[in-house]
Amino acid sequence: MSATAIKTDEPVVFHLPEEPHHPEGSSTGLGFWMYLMSDCLIFAMLFATFGVLGGNYAAGPGPKELFDLDLVAVNTAMLLFSSITYGFAMLAMGKNRINQTLVWLAVTGLFGLAFLGIELYEFAHLIHEGATPQRSAFLSSFFVLVGTHGLHVTFGIIWLVTLMVQVKFKGLIPANKRRLMCLSMFWHFLDVIWIGVFTFVYLLGMLR
Amino acid sequence: MSADNHAAEAHHDDHHGHDAHDDHDHGSFKSYMIGFVLSVILTAIPFALVMTGALPAQATALIVMAFAVVQIVVHMIYFLHMNTKSEGGWNMLALIFTIVIVFICLAGSLWVMHHLNTNMMPTHDMTQMVG
Repeated sequence: MSATAIKTDEPVVFHLPEEPHHPEGSSTGLGFWMYLMSDCLIFAMLFATFGVLGGNYAAGPGPKELFDLDLVAVNTAMLLFSSITYGFAMLAMGKNRINQTLVWLAVTGLFGLAFLGIELYEFAHLIHEGATPQRSAFLSSFFVLVGTHGLHVTFGIIWLVTLMVQVKFKGLIPANKRRLMCLSMFWHFLDVIWIGVFTFVYLLGMLR
Repeated sequence: MSADNHAAEAHHDDHHGHDAHDDHDHGSFKSYMIGFVLSVILTAIPFALVMTGALPAQATALIVMAFAVVQIVVHMIYFLHMNTKSEGGWNMLALIFTIVIVFICLAGSLWVMHHLNTNMMPTHDMTQMVG
């Protein structure tokens, strides 16, 4: 390699002949953060859409007739509880307690399922009342925004169950710890998005 | 791979893992509880204000939005363990970049579309012109 400068007929390489050695997974945290930031942009677009179209009811029902704030409050509590229980799972992971980690992950998953169940109940209720996504621009943007968040939670739960199986069979090996850390970021990130949803969609919707 | 080899490798990884842990710590029971209690307060107050309608709508809207911003910051610090040092500051830089883009997108969309709506010719004027 050092002779490339003299021999002109050899192709010139513009990269390091040898990659600097990084320990496996040392950049996963930053990479996953980048993914979350790009996901954040998806949600920003959906929020912008809702912000623009949220007042176009097309003579259909508006937030005041449709939303049940008690239900939203319960839903918010479910997600908040799941956030703190995931935190406890991470603390247990830090102490290398496999069973404790698994129990807290299971509790987190149950709270997540409760959240999804309530959300699906709400959606079913809305559709039953005729407030389908096709009814008005407000409802289209509502279903897309809240539905995308719900879809994220669904995949978060699938990921959570997968990791529980991984931890069960392989223990808290470094790779599993890294995966749990990524899911931790994902899960807390979804809670951050939900703050935006309950504030801009539900609470401010009731004030319109 | 022999068990010994595997153990040595695990230890090797552990060592680096530990280095990484210094970058993004997993927080403590105390920090999680502080975050949780703050979140509960910051969620309960906006819900209570909207449900009871104790304040005028305009004031309620402003308070609710302010609480949301504060709660997002609380989540970032206590649950996502954001600080200026994690990953050599690249986490924070990516976050700031994202916030700028999100702000441009949101503010730009709302601003443009608001003006589009207000400057649009009302329907009854249009029918008059046609007629």
